[in-house]
Amino acid sequence: MGKQTVRYFEKEESAENPSNNNGTITYDNTDIKKKAWGRRIEDKRIKKGKKRIIQIPNPNPKYKGKVKPPKELIEKYSKGEGVELRNVTTSVHRKRIEKKEKNIKFSAEHAALTEVLLTEEAGFLEADDGETTTQFTQKQIAQQIDIAAAAKHFDLRLEFGPYRAKYTRNGRHLLIGGKLGHVAAFDWVTKKLHCEINVMESVHDVSWLHIETMFAVAQKSWVYIYDNQGIELHCIKRLNKVSRLEFLPYHFLLASCSDEGYLSWLDVSIGQLAGQYNTGLGRLSVLTHNPWNATLCLGHAKGVVSFWSPTSRQPLAKMLCHKAPILGVHVDPSGRYMATSASNRELKIWDIRKLEGPLQDYKLIQAANNLSFSQKKMLAVGMGNVVEVYKDCCLTTAKRAYLRHRFVTPINNFNFCPYEDVLGVGTSKGFTSLLVPGAGEANFDTLEANPYQSKAQRREAEVKSLLEKIQPEMITLDPTSIADVDVPSLRDKIEAKKNLLYLKPPVINYEPRKKAKGKGGSVKIARNKKIVREDAKKEFIKKKKELMEEPESVDAPKPEKPPHVLDRFLPKIKK
Amino acid sequence: MKVKVISRNPDEHLRETKLHIHKVQRNYDPDLHPFEAAREYVKALNAVKLDKVFAKPFLGSLDGHRDGVSTMAKHPSRISLLCSGAFDGEVRVWDLPQRTCTREFVAHDGIVRGIVYTITGDRFITIGDDKSIKTWSADEPAFGEDEEPVNTILSKTVLSGISHHYTDNTFATSGELCQLWDETRNEPLRTIEWGIDTLHDVAFNPVEGNILAACASDRSIILYDTREKLPLRKVIMKLKTNKLCWNPMEPFVFTTANEDYNLYTFDSRNLKKPVNVHMDHVGAVTYVDYSPTGREFVSGSYDKTVRIFEAEKGHSREIYHTKRMQRLTCVLWSLDSKYVLSGSDEMNIRIWKAKASEKLGPLKPREKAALRYSEALKEKYASHPQVKRIARHRHVPKHVYNAQGELRTIKERSKRKEANRRAHSKPGEVPFVPERERHVLKEER
Repeated sequence: MGKQTVRYFEKEESAENPSNNNGTITYDNTDIKKKAWGRRIEDKRIKKGKKRIIQIPNPNPKYKGKVKPPKELIEKYSKGEGVELRNVTTSVHRKRIEKKEKNIKFSAEHAALTEVLLTEEAGFLEADDGETTTQFTQKQIAQQIDIAAAAKHFDLRLEFGPYRAKYTRNGRHLLIGGKLGHVAAFDWVTKKLHCEINVMESVHDVSWLHIETMFAVAQKSWVYIYDNQGIELHCIKRLNKVSRLEFLPYHFLLASCSDEGYLSWLDVSIGQLAGQYNTGLGRLSVLTHNPWNATLCLGHAKGVVSFWSPTSRQPLAKMLCHKAPILGVHVDPSGRYMATSASNRELKIWDIRKLEGPLQDYKLIQAANNLSFSQKKMLAVGMGNVVEVYKDCCLTTAKRAYLRHRFVTPINNFNFCPYEDVLGVGTSKGFTSLLVPGAGEANFDTLEANPYQSKAQRREAEVKSLLEKIQPEMITLDPTSIADVDVPSLRDKIEAKKNLLYLKPPVINYEPRKKAKGKGGSVKIARNKKIVREDAKKEFIKKKKELMEEPESVDAPKPEKPPHVLDRFLPKIKK
Repeated sequence: MKVKVISRNPDEHLRETKLHIHKVQRNYDPDLHPFEAAREYVKALNAVKLDKVFAKPFLGSLDGHRDGVSTMAKHPSRISLLCSGAFDGEVRVWDLPQRTCTREFVAHDGIVRGIVYTITGDRFITIGDDKSIKTWSADEPAFGEDEEPVNTILSKTVLSGISHHYTDNTFATSGELCQLWDETRNEPLRTIEWGIDTLHDVAFNPVEGNILAACASDRSIILYDTREKLPLRKVIMKLKTNKLCWNPMEPFVFTTANEDYNLYTFDSRNLKKPVNVHMDHVGAVTYVDYSPTGREFVSGSYDKTVRIFEAEKGHSREIYHTKRMQRLTCVLWSLDSKYVLSGSDEMNIRIWKAKASEKLGPLKPREKAALRYSEALKEKYASHPQVKRIARHRHVPKHVYNAQGELRTIKERSKRKEANRRAHSKPGEVPFVPERERHVLKEER
C-alpha cells in the first residue's frame, strides 16, 4: 500500500475547528501546491477561493429540495394524461416516450410555478355578517373603490333605440350600435371617441374585427365594414339581412346568422366566404361561439341548440336543451360550460365538451333574454330590465345572485369586458358600464391580448396573428384532434367495409392492336374486347370478395367428425 | 363590506421612454391561450415553408483549374484553407472566405491522385500518376522562388490513394500494394498485400491508428492491422467500392461509396452485412465524406448531384445540383460542419451550405430562440401529411427524375418476379433476402 492521500479539507476540519458546522464552510487554499506553469491562472483561483462561501441553513429541514407547486395548480396546466407506456413494446420507443413525458410534466410544473410571478390580484366583493352581496348597489361599490376604478362605472344616455355593445379582445375599446342607426366606437377607459356615425339604416348587430381599427355592422339589408374613423370600407352584399354577428379571432372569420335562416362565415383576411349554409331552421337570432373550439352555437325556437362548423352543411351536433324556444345561449371562455335559457323561465348549465348535462337546472322568476359568461365563470343573466350576476353557478348550485342591478328600460344586450371587472349593458336608452368585482382575469398575457398595446405593437401582433391564422377546415368539436394520432374508429372500419359493396368495376378501354389486313374481322375484335372486359370484371369481383371476407374465418375450427365412406357422394365444398 | 376591483396602474405596463423596450407580461393560463394544437400546427407548417423559401445552399464556386478536379484535401486546423488537385497534374491552394487561389503549381506529370496534409498542417503530400510521392511546404515560397517539393519519393508501383495517420508521422498509399511510409524516410516502412488486385482507396481509422481500410478492384473492402503480418478481413461486395470514409465520432463505423448507386455503412466488428444501405443516387457514387459530428455524411455521384445523408437513415435528406455541375469527383465536409465542398469534372470547386436554409453569421438570442422553437415544432408535427410533403419535396434535374422512375420500375419488376418465383416454387426454395444482405457476396478472414 502506498501513502494514503491526505486532502486539505479533511485535515482542516479535523485539526483546526472541528465544530465549525453552523452552515459556514471556509476553504483554506494555502496548501494548494503551486505549479510552475500557468501560475497566473493558479493565482487567480486562489484569490477567488479566499471568498467565503456562505450556505444559508435550511430553516425547515422537513422540506428538502425544490418547492413543488400544489397538485391542483399542476392539474390546471397539465396537458392531459400521458401515453400508456405498457403498450409500448420496443425499448427504444419506450425510452423516447418516457423522455418526452418527463419533459411535458416538467413544463406543466414550471408553468404552474410562474403563477408566483403574476402581479395583479383578482377583484372580490365580500359581505359582512348579516349582509348579502346582492344588496350592494353600484353606487355603494363605486364609493368603496379607488377613483380610477370607480370611473369604470358610467352611464351613457342615448336616444337611438335599443343598443348592442361589444368589447375588443383586449377589453380596451367599445363599440355600440343603436337600432336606429347610431354607431360609435371609443376607447372606454380613457373615454376617447374614435368615431360616431349614423348609418341612416336600422342596425341589428355590431362586431369588432381582429383589431380596433375595423368593425362590422349588420345593417338593414347588408353587412358593412367601417374603419375607426367611420369610413365605409366594404359593403358585403353576400351577407343579407343579418341578425347577429360573431367574430372568431384566431380564424379571422366573421360569422353571421340571418333572418332567412342562413349561416355564413366570411374570411376577413382574404374577403371570401368560408361557408354559407341554409340551416332550414327558420329565423335565427340566438348566436354565440364557443371560444374553445370556434364552433357556432345557434339557439332555435324548438328548444334545440345546434353546433356548426364551416365545413359541414349539417350541424356537428344538436342538443335538445329546453322544451320551449331558446332565448339565450352563451359559452364560457374555457369552453367547458354552456348556459342556455328558454322562454319557460328555465336556465340550464351544460357540459359542452361532453355534450352532456344539464349540470345545473335553474328556474328563474322571469325568462332570461340574455346570458353572458365572464372570464372567471360568472354568469350574467338579463331578465326584462334586471341584470343578475351569479357566481359559482356551474358546478355548484348558486343560491342567490351575487349582484343585481335594475334598469329603468329593458335590457337589449350585455357583455363582460375582458381583463376588467366590468359588465357593459346596452339598454333601450343607452349604455351602462357596471362594476362586477371578481369577474375578469386580472393578469393579461401581452402576447395574446394587451390592453396597453401601442400602435407598433398592434401592427406587429396583427402580422403575427395573420401568419398563425387557423384554416376554417380545422374547426371541429375537438380542437386538439390535430395533435392526436389518426386511428380509424370501429365506425370508420364498418363504413369502409360497407362502401366496398358499392364499388364499381373499373372501366376497361380496350383498344385492339392493328393487325395486318385479313387477320381478323370486326366480330373477332368485338369478341376479344368482351373477353378482356369480362376477365377484368372477374378479377375485380374476386379481389372484392377477398377484401370482404373476414380474416378470422381462416382459423375457424373444423368440425371433428371421422370421414364416412358415403361422404364421397356429398356435394364438394368449394374453397 | 370588502371590495376590490381590478385597477391597474398604466405605468407598470407601459414603457417609460421610447428608448426602452416594451414591457411583456406573461400569463400561461391555458384558458387564455386557446387552440394550442392548431396554432402550433400552423406555426410548424409556416416554419417548414420558410425553410423552403430560405433554401439557398449554393454559396459560390472556385474556378481556376484547367482540367477536372480530381481530389481535394482539408487542412487539419485551418478551415479557410483548401488544397485541390486536377487531372492535369496541377495543385491549387485556395482561400475559402476570399474565394481566391493563393498558390498554383504543376505537381505531377499526369493526374494528381491524392493530397493529404500532415498532422501539424505545415506540409502536404501529393501523389500522382507519375508514381511519385511529393511533400510540399504549406507555406508559399518567397517572392522569386520556384515551387519546389520538400521531398520527392519515387515509388516502384502505381499510386492511387493516400491517407495520413491521425496522430503519427506515417501515411499509407494504395495502388498495386498497400504501403506504409514514414514522413522522414524514403523507403516504405511496410508493404501489405492480399491477392493481386489493385487498391484504389485507403483510409486510416481516426482513433485506432493501426487499423486501415482499403477498397480493392476485386469489389472487396479490406481491413488491415499494421501490427499484424496479415490483413484482418475482407468483404466482397457485388460491385466495386469507390471510396471509403470512417465515421469520426463512432470510429468502428465506416461508409463506402459503391458503384451500384448505393452507399453502405458497415460496422467493422461485423462485416457480414452492412448496418445500413443508403439509397437515392441514380449513378455510381464516387466519393463520401463524414461531417465532423459523425451524424451525417455527404456523397458525390456520377449522376451530377451531391446528396447529404443522415448516418442512420436509408435515404438522403438533401440533394444539391446545378445546371452546370458535371460528374462529381470529390466532396468534402468542412471541419466546422457548416459547409460542403464539391469538386467536379468541369473544373470547378463549389461551396455549399451543409444546411440549405441555415442563416450564416452570428445570430441574435431572439433569433436563435425562434429558430430553436420552429425546429422543435417541425419535429413535433413532422408526420403530418402537409408538413411531410413540403419538407420532403425537392426539385431534381430531369435526368435524375427520369432515372429515378426507371430505377423504380426496375426494382418493382425484380420484386414482382421474385414474388412470382416464390409463389410458384416449393416453400423455402426462394428465400426472402433482406436488402441489407443482398449486396454482400462473402466475408473472408
